[in-house]
Amino acid sequence: MLDVRGLRKVYEGSGRRVEAVRDLTFTVDPGDLVCLVGPSGCGKTTLLKCMAGLLEPTGGEVLLEGRRVDGPPPGTAFVFQEYGRSLFPWMRVGENVELPLRQKDMSKAERRALVRDALESVGLADAAGAYPWQLSGGMQQRVAIARALAYEPRVLLMDEPFAAVDAQTRADLEDLVRGLWRQRGITILFVTHDIDEAVYLGERVIVLSASPTVVREQLTVDLPAERDQLHTRVDPRFAGLRTRVYEQIQAAKRGEVRDALTKSSTPPPR
Amino acid sequence: MRGTNAVLGVAGLAGFLALAEAVPRLGLVDEEYLPPAGRIAAALGDEAADPAFWTALGDTLTGWALGLAIASCAGIVAGVVLSVVPYLRQATASTIEFLRPIPSVALIPLAVLLYGSELRSVLLLVVYASFWQVLIQVLYGVQDVDPVAEETARSYGLGTWARIRYVLWPTALPYVMTGVRLAAAVALILAVTAELVIGAPGLGQRIGVAQTSQAVPELYALIVVTGLLGLVINVGARAVERRALAWHQSVRGEVAV
Amino acid sequence: MRRVLLRVVLACALPAVLVTVWWVASAGSTDVYWPPLRTILTAFPDVWTADRLRGDVLPSVWRLAAGYALAAVAGVALGTLIGSHRRVRAVCEPVLEFLRAVPPPVLVPVIMLFAGIGDTMKVAVIASGCVWPVLLNTVEGVRAVDPVMAEAARSYGITGTARLRSLVLPSASPQIFTGLRQALSIGIILMVISEMFAASNGLGFTIVQFQRGFAIPDMWTGILLLGMLGVVLSVLFRLAERRVLGWYHGLRASARRSP
Repeated sequence: MLDVRGLRKVYEGSGRRVEAVRDLTFTVDPGDLVCLVGPSGCGKTTLLKCMAGLLEPTGGEVLLEGRRVDGPPPGTAFVFQEYGRSLFPWMRVGENVELPLRQKDMSKAERRALVRDALESVGLADAAGAYPWQLSGGMQQRVAIARALAYEPRVLLMDEPFAAVDAQTRADLEDLVRGLWRQRGITILFVTHDIDEAVYLGERVIVLSASPTVVREQLTVDLPAERDQLHTRVDPRFAGLRTRVYEQIQAAKRGEVRDALTKSSTPPPR
Repeated sequence: MRGTNAVLGVAGLAGFLALAEAVPRLGLVDEEYLPPAGRIAAALGDEAADPAFWTALGDTLTGWALGLAIASCAGIVAGVVLSVVPYLRQATASTIEFLRPIPSVALIPLAVLLYGSELRSVLLLVVYASFWQVLIQVLYGVQDVDPVAEETARSYGLGTWARIRYVLWPTALPYVMTGVRLAAAVALILAVTAELVIGAPGLGQRIGVAQTSQAVPELYALIVVTGLLGLVINVGARAVERRALAWHQSVRGEVAV
Repeated sequence: MRRVLLRVVLACALPAVLVTVWWVASAGSTDVYWPPLRTILTAFPDVWTADRLRGDVLPSVWRLAAGYALAAVAGVALGTLIGSHRRVRAVCEPVLEFLRAVPPPVLVPVIMLFAGIGDTMKVAVIASGCVWPVLLNTVEGVRAVDPVMAEAARSYGITGTARLRSLVLPSASPQIFTGLRQALSIGIILMVISEMFAASNGLGFTIVQFQRGFAIPDMWTGILLLGMLGVVLSVLFRLAERRVLGWYHGLRASARRSP
């Protein structure tokens, strides 16, 4: 579905060269839910923006369903961390969700149906007439997710979408994303700096090194598909995976060198 | 980055001048109406050699500076008094909203009758127009005072004067600077307008004379001078503002008035 | 209820006091230049008859509207163009800074060279003075489009005119309105000035005629009318702004509540 091959990104400006991403290779299968974790400032956002076609990679390539990404591809939707700034404050919630659909070739009735359906599935059917800034942060991020859903993407890219909401809202939103993924079968790539979130949400976790970024480890999360905040988080298996990812990230912060892995690996079950 | 922008800007200016030279030369516009840039520059040189030009420039600047100074002081004092005295702000709000949009040029006939073509005519218009710019910004600035800071000051028993000095004034200062900057531009417009229409001595009056005597290159030269004057005032006022408020500019957008 | 009453009293008290003071102070005035307010108010309906309103006020307002509309359209269009391209902006900036700094009324003699003394001249004068604040504010507004919003639009394939209509212009609209507001006051000034220079009708022309003919109370009525025109236009502008920028005021209010 998604192939990242030898991706490299170097920022150049005013005589400074910053190598944000050195050499990244991994794949995401159709219908997978993959979480990307890494120490702060490790180029997670850069990577995701390259995959969304918002940034031009310096080297390597990103393939979506075998086609090279060289601009925002129609089949992907992006959810930004800054919910307050990714929704347009001059449009009502419904209009915000509908806006991307206006670029597609569909009738007004179809658009309306998609908007209603998307807002319903994030639990905001009543808020269509409100302005985004009249809603709380968590609700605004729900609107952003609804906008992405209405767009009917095959791939959903989420860039630390819950980093700026409070803990309880965050738990609700995590369950929402997991539920939507199971219902709709969208391929989701979820970037986060929160280890618990990565393990709780993902079917697979990719751990990135510190900048310049390479893939440090890939883990399969062998938790049951049915997860909930209460039981999953106290599952010993959850704790094991969490510890494993934590160790990797700590090692990454210390800058320990380790060869980039492209194979999946999973810690032995205790 | 900065260097490239400067080069592009200079290129833009050069292009503009070349266009101003070429358009009349190629006969796209009658030279009688728009003399080539070179001829305007020559007229500008002649003006610079004429002492009367410098007197006129001095007159305009006098009217501008005096008017701006009076309007700024009056605006600041009025703004602070209005916000410190209880109920005064609410009581004057409607009056201010009514008086502010009255175009200052409506006062031209009155100024002519009262003061003829004296400096006082110019001052009347300049002060009226720029006073509101300062006043409104001061009022906005005072509104911006942090209620917590104000209460802290009260709880420590600071008197009215001390509160103005240490709480109100520092908060309002950036707005005052913005107000004075806007007022400086408006004051120049009104000073030149008054001279042009009423005939008070200054650059505006010289423009009027150039117009009636069909001295087109001089007319353009004088307009260029007023433009340069405006440019110096704008750039200067912005530089002063930025220097005085380096700490504050970033945290605040300009208030749309 | 008492609150509302208090506000109404506060809003009306000072104007009432001022008018009364004017009325009383000028009641026995024999100064030619300061006629009693009573005389001015009695003269008002005699001076501003329906004929005069049609023959002088209407043409003035029409010129203002035409020049202002022209300036608004040209300013927003050019400003969007210049603001969206970094290089174009760098090339134009110094020239624009200079042109904006020229006090607009000095353009009257120049435009008279080209356009004579007819309506074209007045509309051109008003347009050429009003265009700068609109243009420069549009450039600033367009330049300041939030980068996250821009990326969101790009990632959802919103480009071209759709991007202009649903992202760039709304996002710049608060700035554009600041420019339009500045342009309105400049427009009124230029309307009056251009008519004072050369005209056979219009508000500015009529007021100057009164002044030259020493019809002082009539002149005062003209000043009042001009003031009222300014106030009415500013109220209309505020109404339009409230409508178009309702979202912006709401956004700012909600940002103030939760810093």
